[in-house]
Amino acid sequence: MKEIESGNRFVVPALLLLSLVTVYPLIYVFYLSLQRRLLIFDISRFVGLDNYIFLLRDDRFWNAMKNTAYFTVVSVSLELLFGLSIALLLNRQFRFRGLVRAIVLIPWAIPTVVSARMWEWIYNTDFGILNYLLGTEINWLGSPSWAMNAAIFMDVWKTTPFVAILLTAGLQIIPRDLYQAAMIDGAGSWAVFRKITLPLLKPVILVVLIFRTLDAFRVFDAVYVLTGGGPANTTETLSIYAYKVLFQTLQFGYGSTLSVIVFLCTGGISLFYVKLLSRGMK
Amino acid sequence: MAEIRFENVKKRFKDIVVIEELNLTIKDGEFFTFVGPSGCGKSTILNMIAGLEPLTEGKIYFDGVVMNDVQPKDRDVAMVFQSYALYPHMTVYENIAFPLRMKKIKADVIDKEVRRVASVIGIEELLHRKPASLSGGQRQRVALGRAIIRKPRVFLMDEPLSNLDARLRIEMRAELKKLHRELKITTVYVTHDQAEAMSLSDRIAVLYGGKIQQCGTPYEVYLRPANIFVAGFIGSPPMNFIPAYVRSYEPIEIDCNGLILSPSLEKVPQRDKVIIGIRPEDIKVSFEKSERCIEVSVLLSEPAGSFNWVDVIWNDTKIKGTAALREEINPGDKAFMEFPEDKIVIFDEETGRRL
Amino acid sequence: MKRSGFYLLVGIVIFYCLAPLIWQFITSLKPDYELTMIPPVLPKNPTTDHYISVFKGHPFLRIILNSTVVATSTTLLSLAIGSLAAFGLAKLRIGYKTLILGFILSVSMFPPIATVSPLYIIIRGLGLRDTWWALIITYTTFSLPLSIWILVNFFREIPDEIYRAARIDGCTKFQAFYRIMLPLSAPGIFTTAILVFIFSWNEFLFALTFTSTTASRTIPVGIALFPGLHEVPWGDIAAASVVVTIPLIVLVFAFQRRIIEGLTAGAVKG
Repeated sequence: MKEIESGNRFVVPALLLLSLVTVYPLIYVFYLSLQRRLLIFDISRFVGLDNYIFLLRDDRFWNAMKNTAYFTVVSVSLELLFGLSIALLLNRQFRFRGLVRAIVLIPWAIPTVVSARMWEWIYNTDFGILNYLLGTEINWLGSPSWAMNAAIFMDVWKTTPFVAILLTAGLQIIPRDLYQAAMIDGAGSWAVFRKITLPLLKPVILVVLIFRTLDAFRVFDAVYVLTGGGPANTTETLSIYAYKVLFQTLQFGYGSTLSVIVFLCTGGISLFYVKLLSRGMK
Repeated sequence: MAEIRFENVKKRFKDIVVIEELNLTIKDGEFFTFVGPSGCGKSTILNMIAGLEPLTEGKIYFDGVVMNDVQPKDRDVAMVFQSYALYPHMTVYENIAFPLRMKKIKADVIDKEVRRVASVIGIEELLHRKPASLSGGQRQRVALGRAIIRKPRVFLMDEPLSNLDARLRIEMRAELKKLHRELKITTVYVTHDQAEAMSLSDRIAVLYGGKIQQCGTPYEVYLRPANIFVAGFIGSPPMNFIPAYVRSYEPIEIDCNGLILSPSLEKVPQRDKVIIGIRPEDIKVSFEKSERCIEVSVLLSEPAGSFNWVDVIWNDTKIKGTAALREEINPGDKAFMEFPEDKIVIFDEETGRRL
Repeated sequence: MKRSGFYLLVGIVIFYCLAPLIWQFITSLKPDYELTMIPPVLPKNPTTDHYISVFKGHPFLRIILNSTVVATSTTLLSLAIGSLAAFGLAKLRIGYKTLILGFILSVSMFPPIATVSPLYIIIRGLGLRDTWWALIITYTTFSLPLSIWILVNFFREIPDEIYRAARIDGCTKFQAFYRIMLPLSAPGIFTTAILVFIFSWNEFLFALTFTSTTASRTIPVGIALFPGLHEVPWGDIAAASVVVTIPLIVLVFAFQRRIIEGLTAGAVKG
């Protein structure tokens, strides 16, 4: 396909906007990360890599990193598991499939904040329905041992639909005759799944992994509203920590340093997956 | 109406040279066809005339005015595409009216023109339909209508009949010829079908390897092909080629598969190896002997309606010729082949050029 | 898999997706004193008090207006800028095209937190704090990768020859764009609009940072910061949640096919 004429000016508005609102601030945040900057008091001083050195010794940072990593690994794994199961289920043709698909989309469609407050009420120690149904009195959001997992479960509830939808599309691309050929050759359903479905689904799974890993690593909305990072910072993720430093302590220098670290991590994750993808393509 | 001149036109896509050097003048009002195998750059030439593709080098003139930097919409050319490229979301009426709307012509004038064109090409009842509901032939007419309505300086046609079935193609060929006679607009036509080129054109340019192999009237290209490529490309079934060698130079004597020929040549052969070309339609195979006939054995016989194509073997060389139906010549038979010396064409074996 | 077993599983999936929302709906109908009752069951005296309170006691109407304005403007802007860019990228010759596409894709992988601090300083400096524009510009920019990605795919499906025909028929590039390419890619435009709208309706971090009063506060922030005198007003929050969720449910049911098309456009094709 050969393009006929020059179209440079058609991309200019988009590129302009993207550069001004993302690239420029990105450069700016790097610059900020090298400063000690307190917004209210108008203190602004260049301190070089001091912030970064401080970061390496900052226990709270490492705690946040640990929380984020745990959150990411567990929630993405669970989403993949549940999502794949739902996708396999929805792959069949049945009467109300359209309706069910719409229902499955709803958790994805509602604002994360709404979902968080909804689960907050469900998790409520005294009046929440979860404790009632389980017959327990667990302080889900207030006990260090449960809070993170409660948050993870809520995130999984909300994002499984997205995974399921993408995997369903991937499943539908697999030609039906492959299954028929396999069954004629005597393969049982588990073997069919392992030898045909999974391998052909790999590229889609990889794309899903990329998006979900990045989203999980960057998580803010859900956890911030649900637990605020508590109790005792057990659910404080990197984004939440950075946000608090920026807007509660108004340290724009160190806060920016934390932001930069988040950026570098997500960049690293993306590169890793892109390499995986391009190797898979060959 | 316009005369189109190509001056040193070259076209390169990245590292691939598609058009090597084009120097050509298409006369005003002429029906000119670029013919050649698929992928030889014919469509690229059309796109360059239309202004959709920039030239790597060289200039294109319309009536002496350089067109290189003129936008497609200002060149006053109309194009009919192989896939017709009708606007799927518009009705036939709107499709045909579109070019005039772009020129901001008043609605009542447009209406008159659209109806006039529709009657010329016979699609009046289709005006309110959408392209998706039309047959291939109907879509083709709509595409034509959209091109005609603008009364352009130049008509460009990119294999417009390729997607039609054989019978429709022949019908449309006649219509195109009639239209050209009536409208007298310079038409640049592109096709890979040499029969189509031969039947429609005032002049043909055979394109291969980015170069014009020969440019001339259908008559010239058929009877006096400039080189082996043109000879083999024009005419169906293709010309027979027989390797031969020069036995003596003064007078010229050529040993062709055992037969000695003394043709009159325009050019002296440089080497002693040549290739003799003769068209199947000029070779007659029969059970009856005639003077200067050659004994051959029959390989294959293909019915072609009022006669048969026969493949014969002559001293280990396969030749295609014709035979009358009543002779009932069959594979395995021994027969006689007439070899008309006046119809042969001789090519230099190395350069391929005609001598 | 047996019929009954299959439908049972489907039922479980439906329950999994809807149960929390249904519970929230039930909660919104319970008068305050019933909320703290154990066991928490169906409301004995269902009331619409909470719904009334949401709109009378708080400026929720204003918050809904803010979200609507921001989301609609973002959608329109994102479509306009995105479709132009997508058109150029799909049909025209552009230098460094793969680089540009890679750049656009990589923007979608940015963590919002990374740009929040500088954007906050800039917006404050420009005096745009607590305005609609701060959010509209930010959301438009971050939704561009999505818009461009989906629309490029749709534009690519339109045969080149139709574009060329338009150019020959007298269109400038721009005319060919809005007279021919846009109408023919209507489904793609629609899908993009829905996804961008949902994205800006639900966005939280930037809204939290850039807005300070109900002058520009959007729904997610409104729900997160729901004011309560002594205790958390669970009933009111539930009511507000339901009010906010209903339009989204309607959108999803009406356009589920388009939504799915848009979401899978990148993943499965590219």
